[in-house]
Amino acid sequence: MSALPDFARTRIGQRAIAGAVLLLAALFPLAFDSLATQMDVAIFVLAYVMMALGLNIVVGFAGLLDLGYVAFYAIGAYTIGWLASDHFTGIGGEKGIHVLVSDFVQTSLGIHVNFFLVLIAAMVIAAVLGALIGLPTLRLRGDYIAIVTLAFGEIIGRIALNGDEITFGEQQLTNGQQAISPVDQPFLPGAGYEFDSAFNLRPYYWTGLVLLCFTLFVNFRLRDSRLGRAWIALREDEVAAASMGVPLVRTKLLAYAAGAALGGIAGAFLGSYNNAINSNQFQFSFSIFVLAMVILGGMGSIWGVTAGAFALAVIDRYLIPEIFDDLPSTFGLDFQLTQLSFGIFGFLLVLIMILRPEGLFPERRRQMELTEGVGTDETVYEARM
Amino acid sequence: MFDNAMNAPSVPLGQRSAIVALRSFLGRYGLILALLVLPVVYGIQDLSNDGDLSRLGNNLVDGISNGAIWALIALGYTLVYGIIELINFAHGEVFMIGSFVAASFWGTLGLTLASGVPGLIVGLFVTLLVAMLTCASLNVMIERVAYRPLRNAPKLAALITAVGFSFILQNVGILWRGGSQQSVDNLIRQEQQVVEAFGVVISRGDLLAIGVTVPLVLVVTTFIARSRAGKAMRATAQDPEAARLMGINVDRTISLTFLLGGLLAGAAGLVYALYQTNVWYFQGFTAGLIAFTAAVMGGIGNLRGAVLGGLIIGCIQQISDNRIGGEWTPVVVFGYLILIMTFRPRGLLGEQTREAG
Repeated sequence: MSALPDFARTRIGQRAIAGAVLLLAALFPLAFDSLATQMDVAIFVLAYVMMALGLNIVVGFAGLLDLGYVAFYAIGAYTIGWLASDHFTGIGGEKGIHVLVSDFVQTSLGIHVNFFLVLIAAMVIAAVLGALIGLPTLRLRGDYIAIVTLAFGEIIGRIALNGDEITFGEQQLTNGQQAISPVDQPFLPGAGYEFDSAFNLRPYYWTGLVLLCFTLFVNFRLRDSRLGRAWIALREDEVAAASMGVPLVRTKLLAYAAGAALGGIAGAFLGSYNNAINSNQFQFSFSIFVLAMVILGGMGSIWGVTAGAFALAVIDRYLIPEIFDDLPSTFGLDFQLTQLSFGIFGFLLVLIMILRPEGLFPERRRQMELTEGVGTDETVYEARM
Repeated sequence: MFDNAMNAPSVPLGQRSAIVALRSFLGRYGLILALLVLPVVYGIQDLSNDGDLSRLGNNLVDGISNGAIWALIALGYTLVYGIIELINFAHGEVFMIGSFVAASFWGTLGLTLASGVPGLIVGLFVTLLVAMLTCASLNVMIERVAYRPLRNAPKLAALITAVGFSFILQNVGILWRGGSQQSVDNLIRQEQQVVEAFGVVISRGDLLAIGVTVPLVLVVTTFIARSRAGKAMRATAQDPEAARLMGINVDRTISLTFLLGGLLAGAAGLVYALYQTNVWYFQGFTAGLIAFTAAVMGGIGNLRGAVLGGLIIGCIQQISDNRIGGEWTPVVVFGYLILIMTFRPRGLLGEQTREAG
């Protein structure tokens, strides 16, 4: 290969490239109007990349195919809906409960907790739920895990949808298809600054970028940790890993919990930015969308997944709805391209799996597993022997 | 935890054997008990409210007809899983396409509510054949395009292409008939009563579902049990490598399996369209998961199990639709799915699979 990949392989080279990309990303909002469509797209892209990196821990590192990842998006989003909006008006009496919020929110009813505290709460709640969902899958392998996680994802989606029927006292659990809205804007208590998505998207963008950097940091540190090596060992050969002393239960549950925690943060961030938590956002197709990002980039490869998520998020939020939406009608066809977005992702999944199953930017180790048959992810024939 | 009871002298002998007996009892009959919860609870409620069981009886009749449709789909899952251990995730969508083909084809034939009985019977029979053949070719095509190239790849790769294909087919459905539920002609007037006994009504729709399912299931099981090709299928399911050595064309046998699954899905599609009198692109996703639950409940890979599971899940679904509310039915069904996968992955009748062990 050329000189550039060689440079990119060295430690300094990698850091230099990462630093340059980060700098570009940080300066990106200055090139656009503070309310430009591109800003809106970029914020979604950041959140989607975070979710893809979270799912990458479960699917890419630990090799547990999770088809219900949308559950953690939902949990994160509902955490902010519950803890930072007027939704639970009856709780906290006449005054409501307020923790470190702006003067503007101070007067409203319900529970209002500072955005940044809610992020931590979302992370913890999602992690606990992730481990709980992981519990029944511990004895299962392969596609059975996929189905159980899918079932959990669907159950949580259903609870979100029908949550307006679950009441305690006067309170509904969720608002179903009528969103929980508005949600409090993030507020920096020290600086006394409150975000306002109606006037300026830049603070949201930068917050998202900081969260994404945190997510990337967590991903790298986890991958190189003892736990990360245990995950990879588990992915390559569960039996061998167990006999080498890798505690299966703890390792698997931690993978689910870590992946879920990142999804919860991204969900809370996105819920706050959307300013509405609507049960329609949490459908199975979203799980597959995130999975497609991980697979496109290359399961287990952190930069690959970042790139894959970036590409799919831009396609989903920008290219399909903004640029190519009217493409079919220019050919005289009677539909919008947005109707087909999930068909396009499905097609992409099939194509990648058949042509380049290791993804666009595979991790070297994972590629070896696939091409040289390291690891015991059984093929269809071997499964029978 | 009770396995260590030998080391715990504080537990008297009689009590210990009682615990062991309870455990083995739950292991053997726990799933059956869990499945009986809904009918028994609501049966008791009916007895105390109405004094008879007619409401529950009607639920069960509707449940069995619904379950007959799920059974047809579940057979497709179980056949494919039995032979290549792949969850054919796109199977539900094949069934959906079957419904769409049926509804469009009888439109083309000119069948309407006004058609006479002989014309209707002949027309629907032709429609049935068309739907079955379309779905069979579709299923074979999917196998050829999406699964065969991955036969030596990790198993999860094929599952992912299956999911991808299910999305593609859903989008075909959206383009074909739009994104919302569409009602179709109630050609056979399915709700019309045929027999009533003790307040339990059997309608035309029930008869249709049973009348299509029972012969098809008998033909397919006989085919697999008796014919040469069926023998090849069973041999391939047991050991594809050895089957190949014995001169069986494994690729063709796998295609045949997908063909059978597709035929059954097509039939289910027609019955569903006539029975529910509406079709939409998302029906395949829900039906696919319910039928998959049925296949797992019966023991995946086991044909009789799939039919039994389909009928049971149909009844559970119907009771839940009628008593708890249709919007909660997926939660009930998936709850059972998780319970079964966790505590009894081999299902009611199945063997212990490697995957589950």
